[in-house]
Amino acid sequence: MPGKLKAKIVAGRHLPVMDRASDLTDAFVEVKFGNTTFKTDVCPKSLNPQWNSEWFKFEVDDEDLQDEPLQITVLDHDTYSANDAIGKVYIDIDPLLCSEAATVISGWFPIYDTIHGIRGEINVLVKVDLFNDLNRFRQSSCGVKFFCTMSIPRCFRAMVIHGFVEELVVNEDPEYQWIDRIRTPRASNEARQRLISLMSGELQRKIGLKVLEMGGNAVVGYLQCFDLEGESGLVVRAIGTACTLDKISSTCPAAVVPNLSNSSPSKDMKDSLQAVPSTLGCRSTHSSPVHSASSRLSQGFSVSVPTLLFAGMKNRQRSSEGPRARQCRAVFGEEAPGVPLSSGPPTPLRAQTFSSFSPSKSYSRQSSSSDTELSLTPKTARICLSPSSPLHQCKSSPLPTMVPRSRTPPLLHVSQSDTAMLRKSVSFSEDLLLVASGMGSGGSAGKEAGPLKALLRQQTQSALEQREFPFFTLTGFPVGFLLHVGGVVSARSVKLLDRIHNPDEPETRDAWWEEIRQEIKSHAKALGCHAVVGYSESTSICEEVCILSASGTAAILSSRFMQDGALDTEHRFEDTAPPACGFCHIPYDELNMPFPAQLTYCHCCRRHKVPDVLFTTIDVPTEASITGKGCLIQARLCRTKKKAQGEGNATAISNLLPFLEYELHTQLLNKLKLRGMNALFGLRVQISVGDTMLLGLASATGVYLTALPSPGGIQIAGKTPSDLTYEQHVSNMQKKINDTIAKNKELYEISPPEWVEEVIGSPIPESRQRSRIFRSHSESSDEVLELDLSHGKKDAFVLEIDDTDAIEDIHSLLTDAPTPPGFYSCNTEIMPGIYNWTSSLQMFTSVRVFRLSNANLTNQGLNKIFNDLCENLLKSLYFKLRSMVPCCLCHVNFIVAVPEDELIQVAVTAVAMSLDKDQTQENGRQSGDKTLMKAITENEEQLQFPLELSAECPSNPLSSAKGLSEVSGPLPSARAPSVDHSSFTDRCSSWIEQIRLKAHTIRRGSIKTTSSLEKSSPLPDSRSRSLRSNRSCPSSSVAVVKMTPLSFLPGTKIIKYLGIINMFFIRETTSLREEGGVSGFLHSFIAEVFAMVRAHVAALGGNAVVSYSMKECVFMENPNKNQAQCLINVSGDAVIFIRESELEATPSQTQSGNVQTSSNGEGT
Amino acid sequence: MLLVVNTAAVVKMSVELDVFVGNTTIMDKEVYQLWLNGYTVSDAVKVRMEGGVMEECEASADVLLSDTMDQFRTFQMCERLLQNPAKLANQLLFQIPPDRQAMLIERYYAFDDAFVREVLGKKLSKGTKKDLDDVSAKTGITLKSCRRQFDNFKRVFKVVEELKGPLVENIKQHFLLPDPLARDYAAIVFFANNRFETGKKKLQYLTFHDFAFCAGQLINNWTVGAVDNMVEDMDVDLDKEFLQDLKDLKILIADKDLLDQHKSLVCVALRGKTKVFNEMEANFKNLSRGLVNIAAKLTNPKDVRDFFIDLIEKFIEPCRSDRWTATDVNLYLTHYTNSAHILDSFKHQTVWTRYMGVIKSCILRMYHE
Repeated sequence: MPGKLKAKIVAGRHLPVMDRASDLTDAFVEVKFGNTTFKTDVCPKSLNPQWNSEWFKFEVDDEDLQDEPLQITVLDHDTYSANDAIGKVYIDIDPLLCSEAATVISGWFPIYDTIHGIRGEINVLVKVDLFNDLNRFRQSSCGVKFFCTMSIPRCFRAMVIHGFVEELVVNEDPEYQWIDRIRTPRASNEARQRLISLMSGELQRKIGLKVLEMGGNAVVGYLQCFDLEGESGLVVRAIGTACTLDKISSTCPAAVVPNLSNSSPSKDMKDSLQAVPSTLGCRSTHSSPVHSASSRLSQGFSVSVPTLLFAGMKNRQRSSEGPRARQCRAVFGEEAPGVPLSSGPPTPLRAQTFSSFSPSKSYSRQSSSSDTELSLTPKTARICLSPSSPLHQCKSSPLPTMVPRSRTPPLLHVSQSDTAMLRKSVSFSEDLLLVASGMGSGGSAGKEAGPLKALLRQQTQSALEQREFPFFTLTGFPVGFLLHVGGVVSARSVKLLDRIHNPDEPETRDAWWEEIRQEIKSHAKALGCHAVVGYSESTSICEEVCILSASGTAAILSSRFMQDGALDTEHRFEDTAPPACGFCHIPYDELNMPFPAQLTYCHCCRRHKVPDVLFTTIDVPTEASITGKGCLIQARLCRTKKKAQGEGNATAISNLLPFLEYELHTQLLNKLKLRGMNALFGLRVQISVGDTMLLGLASATGVYLTALPSPGGIQIAGKTPSDLTYEQHVSNMQKKINDTIAKNKELYEISPPEWVEEVIGSPIPESRQRSRIFRSHSESSDEVLELDLSHGKKDAFVLEIDDTDAIEDIHSLLTDAPTPPGFYSCNTEIMPGIYNWTSSLQMFTSVRVFRLSNANLTNQGLNKIFNDLCENLLKSLYFKLRSMVPCCLCHVNFIVAVPEDELIQVAVTAVAMSLDKDQTQENGRQSGDKTLMKAITENEEQLQFPLELSAECPSNPLSSAKGLSEVSGPLPSARAPSVDHSSFTDRCSSWIEQIRLKAHTIRRGSIKTTSSLEKSSPLPDSRSRSLRSNRSCPSSSVAVVKMTPLSFLPGTKIIKYLGIINMFFIRETTSLREEGGVSGFLHSFIAEVFAMVRAHVAALGGNAVVSYSMKECVFMENPNKNQAQCLINVSGDAVIFIRESELEATPSQTQSGNVQTSSNGEGT
Repeated sequence: MLLVVNTAAVVKMSVELDVFVGNTTIMDKEVYQLWLNGYTVSDAVKVRMEGGVMEECEASADVLLSDTMDQFRTFQMCERLLQNPAKLANQLLFQIPPDRQAMLIERYYAFDDAFVREVLGKKLSKGTKKDLDDVSAKTGITLKSCRRQFDNFKRVFKVVEELKGPLVENIKQHFLLPDPLARDYAAIVFFANNRFETGKKKLQYLTFHDFAFCAGQLINNWTVGAVDNMVEDMDVDLDKEFLQDLKDLKILIADKDLLDQHKSLVCVALRGKTKVFNEMEANFKNLSRGLVNIAAKLTNPKDVRDFFIDLIEKFIEPCRSDRWTATDVNLYLTHYTNSAHILDSFKHQTVWTRYMGVIKSCILRMYHE
């Protein structure tokens, strides 16, 4: 019995009148978890009932705890007829399962009904007592932390970044089951909500298991999506980046205390005995070896045991985490041979070995005396968990760890010091490299146990190689992690949906994604990169056709953090060199480029080469040096499509896709040049498919990277120079464009230092002589050459107007209205070049649906409508938010959809953040630099900890070991990528053919523009993380919950992450007109969703949601029947923040604070 | 201008749905006022365009339209909460900063003087509500706004009617209104409860604030709560006992000696202090009879209703026709009141003070020169 869930129903308020006669309600509550239901007494004749119930206790498996939500139903008692449901509250208790998150859920929750919306509120108290479960092979993964945040969360540091985790579960959609014909809409909606809640819980649990297998303790950049495939089912899938995180002790000086106290103080005395061991037990059994609190205490342990394993390692205090992680794996490796290749259920033997081991490495066990009885669960009966585990440890642990020494080294390459040793000794055998990548990413691990997989991998490399994905969902990285950026890689695939026959075996969907990921991986390789960062996946479904898309940024990541101890001095040395120069430099062979690009010497260091334009899906790196300010750039495209069915439809769509992408790309590039910028960050291309059209929307933040060359202008060339008026027209247009560019440069303050351009042609620069080993993918690069999406060859970018289309294009280029004065916008976390944030912010969601009145629209007509729709939406936003000026719209996220024929839906979620009016730019810059300095030191501190890389980057350890620490970070050897070379080439060429010949294949992928650049300034401009700001908001007595799509709140410090918020709601109405039409209906639904998110956060004890996003907003209407339905999925991280002013003020903070206290903002 | 609005409407046709929801509910004070004033969306857009907000923010007509519609919708959704302001503070649906909440409530409960003047003292019944279109036509206030104001009066009335304790405090507590507004509502409730006549032609010159002042005087002095705050009774009704006692004042006019004595005392005091002394002397008996008769009749509800009209007919009009200044009136009433205390045979000093205090301040307030 691993867990006891306790719930108490306190009171209700603002209940609806259920009894017309008395204008009152006789309310009672049903509390349900799993199959157990409790009821409160009826509180007669009250709209504000006080139940003050006893504690309802549910004794459940922790597996259920993770999967199931607590379901609270408020009903109106009726003596004569059936009781009427007032509404429900689903409470996800996952945050309570993690020792460091929330300890109690307590607060007012809106009572939600899928037909009536929010109907009053209910006050609930929920607690969980977790018992020990030492069974290594259990199916639960309590304690793994999940973060939606796309970078290492603020109050943690990454010890190890393991890599990609993914999982997918499928089920039948209740809405399409036969029973749906006879049940009420309410019952159907509730079934659906509940199912999705269950599936998300299951998904999270499974991903947690994978993370534990990999030795991690957290998932960062967790992205969960629903595919409502209609008839063919419901898919819930998630990707994330497994990490081992450590809480930064500076925010919690007594690192140990919070953990111990975490669970206990809020519980009453009776509970505390159980509570304390439970959290600790949880931690140890999870073998999530790294825990914030443990770093110091575990010292003893890591010295005693790991020395056997890692003899050559320096025992630095902070390294204690690493070894522990390794150790687990060591154990895995050791155990695996014992059960060779059997993927069957875990044997008792293994369970014992492991569990006897794991408690011993937990210091915490020793600190609590009561856990003995608790952990003596049936599953782990043989284990003696006496408080005297030091002794125990001596007995049991050396045994397992000795063996791995002899056997497992090949498996241990991922961990720090071993890796270096290994690589040196073993040389770069392909096998090893593959395993290396495999170990980290652990991609599509199924339910089998980890150890087996590890062995399997080693033995059947080729098969495994297919499954490994060196992907990272993160978009922000610790300084120095990102060495080179190759460019955007993306892949799309059009699939025909069929019914999922066996929900337990979602193989088709898995295979689909795997295919796409392979493609992405090979694209990355073609760009000379071994990893993909800022990786994301999405789908667009229209009836039985589904477009699967994946995109990311090919990159080379630093492996130097894989070393430890001995090599540290060299790191230091490296750090003194111009920082992060490599990030802009090309990762590919300049003589053998995957696509034509115009290379120049980096404008910062002048030693390495950079491309003329750089596209990425990641955030602007902290260290990047930016000239001027950035802006949101969107390419919008609409293409008509003939109505078709099944296969034909799929073919038609896949034929259109390459053109769509090409045009989007061209548009982006044109708009970028028009703004005088040379790089795009946060690029997100969305393709939406409808019955009669395809929509493409690419959003990104354009900036001028100082390291990259200044973009040439845009030149217009007429095809028929004979016509005089035409000439005139062309020159007019040219003038307009030139004016616009000049104006934009001024607007975005782009005034790069004069620099004599030297285009690198043939001369082989010195830098080439660096010991770079270039991979040889000649075939592929030849192929890709055709894919010259970047138009990089021309100095001045030439637009040919040869027909009306082109004229239209140019017109549309110029019609993009500039942002009104005082406004900035970007779709990245924050705008580069802005430092003077205040704490005033406003998160919002805006949705528009546009009906195309004329069915026979041309592409141009459609384009214009779509373009206008987006432009007008932006204009409306600026108008709405005018009171916050000067302000910046950050993280502007557009979701486009084609819900029906002739309908286009655009939903935007973003946050507006006010800037300090009074502070001059200079001031801002200065203090920005100051805080930047601080940020850098902080970051550096973070980076002293090994980042374990899962990606294949074999050469770096070598080079740094030899002291060849090139500033740019040497490129990895070509061997690893070349392994899958042939298959990659196939894919690549097949794709190219499709572009050229409109081949009728259905699969698709693309390589996009690329490059890298460099910057030299020792003090790079950066987003100032410690955004100081004025404390403006009047303190309110009401619990205010802030929401933001960003990972931070300016002027504040996040002190605790309380857990992930992942909610799914359905709202339906059969009285659309009465609710104010579609707008009224959706307006109140969105407001209700916000309210429920806030309520859950507040109940967890939080005061903000960061990394908030609305993943899904599916709106359907039938005005004739007066009906509408909407589904919304939102997610984010619940946090507690405190204002920086409330922290002990450091000198610099005080200073910047002084400058800014003057201005004020809208508040929250 | 009209043309622009029309094109906006055309564009709107194809925008099927358009919503904006902020985590903190965005509310523009100006738009809120337009909504409160009962404007339609297109009228509000017109007003906003004339206000120049477009030039200021480079917005187009449809941006303005979209924003206006959106805010109107928000207000509509909030209206339910505004009708129960206590709920607004602890509801979860809209996150509104407290200062904004206060603004929303205050403005929602604000009313037009022109409107309140029309319904003051009327029964807040369905019948009155039906006549609101006449009121709307007469005052130029939109019917929608009239209804809102009327419903506010009625809502406050209903809640406070049955409550014990001080009226103003009750209103403040239940409707979270600022003090001046709560006092105005107290006056409205008090007038509606006692059905004071305010609509007669002779009363037309009086503003709402004149009446509100008088109501305040009555509430503070003539109700049960006025004497003893601890008394568990309502503030909205006049003190029955006191009204009964007022009958005793009749002696001042019934007893010929007393009347003469009173007159001579007043005349002695006034002599040489005013230009209209002669008129005062001549009118004394008339005026005194008038005021004492008003007092004596107040036990009859019908006469309570006519309290203000009586004051005008019996006192203010005669004085005005004799061209008394406000100072004269003040002087006269002061001495009139004080002199009665010197009358040996007049035993009802307390009642007299309580009565004349209110009468004096009411008359002074109502006496517009």
